[in-house]
Amino acid sequence: MEKIINITLKIWRQKGPQTKGGFETYQLNGVSTESSFLEMLDILNEKLISEKQEPVVFDHDCREGICGMCSLYINGHPHGPDEDVTTCQLHMRKFKDGQTITIEPWRSRAFPVIKDLMVDRGAYDKIIQAGGFVSVNTGGIPDANAIPISKEKADEAMDAASCIGCGACAAACKNGSAMLFVAAKVSQLALLPQGKIEAARRAKAMVAKMDELGFGNCTNTGACEAECPKNISISHIARLNREFLVAKLQD
Amino acid sequence: MTQINSKIPQGPVAQKWSSYKASQKLVNPSNKRRLDVIVVGTGLAGASAAASLGELGFNVLNFCIQDSPRRAHSIAAQGGINAAKNYPNDGDSVYRLFYDTIKGGDYRAREANVYRLAEVSNSIIDQCVAQGVPFAREYGGLLDNRSFGGAQVSRTFYAKGQTGQQLLLGAYSALSRQIAKGTVKMHTRYEMMDVVIIDGKARGIIARNLRTGRLERFFAHAVVIATGGYGNTFFLSTNAMGSNGSAAMQCYRKGAYFANPCYAQIHPTCIPVHGEFQSKLTLMSESLRNDGRIWTPKNKEDAEAIRAGKLKPTQIAEDNRDYYLERRYPAFGNLVPRDVASRAAKERCDAGYGVGSTGLAVYLDFSEAINRLGRDVVEARYGNLFQMYNKIVDENPYETPMMIYPAIHYTMGGIWVDYECMTSIEGLFAIGEANFSDHGANRLGASALMQGLADGYFVLPYTIQNYLADEIRTPRMSTEKTEFVEAESDVQSRIQKLKAIKGNRSVDSIHKELGLTMWDFVGMARTKESLEHALANIVKIKKEFWTNVFISGETEDLNVELEKALRVADFIEIGELMARDALHREESCGGHFREEYQTPEGEALRQDDKFSYVGCWKYEGDDKEPSLLKEPLVYESIHVQQRNYK
Repeated sequence: MEKIINITLKIWRQKGPQTKGGFETYQLNGVSTESSFLEMLDILNEKLISEKQEPVVFDHDCREGICGMCSLYINGHPHGPDEDVTTCQLHMRKFKDGQTITIEPWRSRAFPVIKDLMVDRGAYDKIIQAGGFVSVNTGGIPDANAIPISKEKADEAMDAASCIGCGACAAACKNGSAMLFVAAKVSQLALLPQGKIEAARRAKAMVAKMDELGFGNCTNTGACEAECPKNISISHIARLNREFLVAKLQD
Repeated sequence: MTQINSKIPQGPVAQKWSSYKASQKLVNPSNKRRLDVIVVGTGLAGASAAASLGELGFNVLNFCIQDSPRRAHSIAAQGGINAAKNYPNDGDSVYRLFYDTIKGGDYRAREANVYRLAEVSNSIIDQCVAQGVPFAREYGGLLDNRSFGGAQVSRTFYAKGQTGQQLLLGAYSALSRQIAKGTVKMHTRYEMMDVVIIDGKARGIIARNLRTGRLERFFAHAVVIATGGYGNTFFLSTNAMGSNGSAAMQCYRKGAYFANPCYAQIHPTCIPVHGEFQSKLTLMSESLRNDGRIWTPKNKEDAEAIRAGKLKPTQIAEDNRDYYLERRYPAFGNLVPRDVASRAAKERCDAGYGVGSTGLAVYLDFSEAINRLGRDVVEARYGNLFQMYNKIVDENPYETPMMIYPAIHYTMGGIWVDYECMTSIEGLFAIGEANFSDHGANRLGASALMQGLADGYFVLPYTIQNYLADEIRTPRMSTEKTEFVEAESDVQSRIQKLKAIKGNRSVDSIHKELGLTMWDFVGMARTKESLEHALANIVKIKKEFWTNVFISGETEDLNVELEKALRVADFIEIGELMARDALHREESCGGHFREEYQTPEGEALRQDDKFSYVGCWKYEGDDKEPSLLKEPLVYESIHVQQRNYK
């Protein structure tokens, strides 16, 4: 049932990539527990605008958990305290009256802050550009049913492909590793006959790019899997390691 | 009077596209490298076009407002993509997909375009499978299909409830490959501000770098608009927060016709509105209507008790439920097209049978499907949608029926284009939801993905060459040319004007006011009076906006409020255009329902003798009314009749 709560917000404010940031504290009263977390921030921003102050900048777009644009470290958790949701799907019913909520941007060397809570995740695009695709051009393709694929493989590939590229895995990792993100793509394509042909080259190229961009090493803490809003399994990291090893042995 | 030339090839409808391709002009490989193409947008249409043009060897500049091309709102499409593969052997064919789409669009789409769409649909599925899109499969290893509204065959391919995501990531991966190769130069967090016209041809754009706030100029031999629809005019819609109609309006103000603006699709199955702070409406995929049954209580007393919280839906006996779609439309049942399902829900709620605390909701019930198939099967088909519903509403749809209500979802209207996807400005193209061409007055489910990818992969890469073949002697132009300088300075003064208002209203508060006017008076049921009222309201909203909006921050900096203000300024103009178009169209067709024009059973009543045309609006100046041009709709291979889903 709908309740009205009062909360205290501690939000990271930073004017630009080169400036030093810090926490600001805001009191927000009369928040409906039926509102989403981002709607709560909208309410805060409306208040700030009415006081002629600059609103808090944060990334968001689809607000239904699929575009991967929203981020936020909320009370020490990427995408907040609820399980298997993005920040935009998190609702205020998960918070208590009088609670203090700390909101920070993604904490990762590879995702520098642009402004306030907005970060640059261009590194993930660069990793995909290094090899996260099947090298086919448009047209001249055989019939879609020409190569049967077992339902189990297709379903597992789909689970891996559910990754929304939000960056929570790297932000959650104490080493700042992007292994779960890379593994999800390598695994999806390695499971399918269409992607198998380039599997070795893909695994090497994507891992090399990840290292080059300043992401850390994977030490199997499992924090990425625990915080992933799409529940991507670390078993995909095991598959990436196998693909990578096979590729290296072929060298 | 200006004549509309839609450049439809001669010959029987089934041969138009192949004869076009056989006789069109092409560009040879060495010339392709010397031709620049700007593609604005990275959704299904934009990403597939940019990737395909890059593969062909053109020099492509691609722009998106998000931080990555993978975020475009196509990603949120859930249910599936249509194709005429006929894998289930249930009688499908290219002709039947064509026919269903024309009929679904209530005979207001261009026949030749729709046939081409159906014709290339099969290649899209092949293409996506080759890219590694993990479509759902049967145990035998072949692709699975499901059915969607407005069709009696199962022709919808899907990847769980995330088909849009998987197709977009397929196009994004193809795009990423071209970015790595250097054929596509990607600009993320850039927003188009204007199109630059030189000697009557589109030659580039002015874009705002959203990180720095600075304006930049880009030249190209042709410009492709793939920026999606304008559903956010209503503030609350299923669109992403950033989805906007500004690129379309920039083209409109430069002379591109805006076609059928009043055709907006209201999707029947969305999570109902719950409070004033609400920022968006969440769609529940149409695929749910495969197994979910829609009902309201048969007795008003039960509906009242439910609204008061005294009764639960599970306590209503089977005999006391009104499965109104199955009752009214026995042939299609719960799978009638979206416009029909939306109006039927509104009719029930207006008559006092609505549920939920507001009375503006109906039930979508899976109990029968769970009994018939088992919870596991239902979970495998719709698990992620059920989870999404549960997280938002805090109710478990496995145990109690979902509550749904119609919401603005998609806009069939858009920039007018000819058969080649070229607008009325030479060298300016529009593809995907941004154009108007394929869905008539109502789009069928799972056809948006089909059209976006058809345009981007298989239509534009051909048709744009017919134009570019004549541009091989045009050298790259300097962006210091007067036209670029003037366009930039016009944008600059618009920004300064907005910033200088220094009023007392937030951008969002005015946008919400516009949205309410649109929903109440230009929404699911329109009348002459409601539309005139809307036009009067919009004039007031426009004045309020331009005299009382407040924008914080600096213009040459990352400034979200300024971004929103520029978009809302255009939404106000679009709202006006929608109301104007709806007022002029004195008939009901598809998503455009004028209460004055309905059959005794309450179905849409077209006026074919008067309105069988595309309404194209031409900009005549800021303070002048736009003029209306008409492209007649000629049906050569289809017999036009009243839609019947009974």
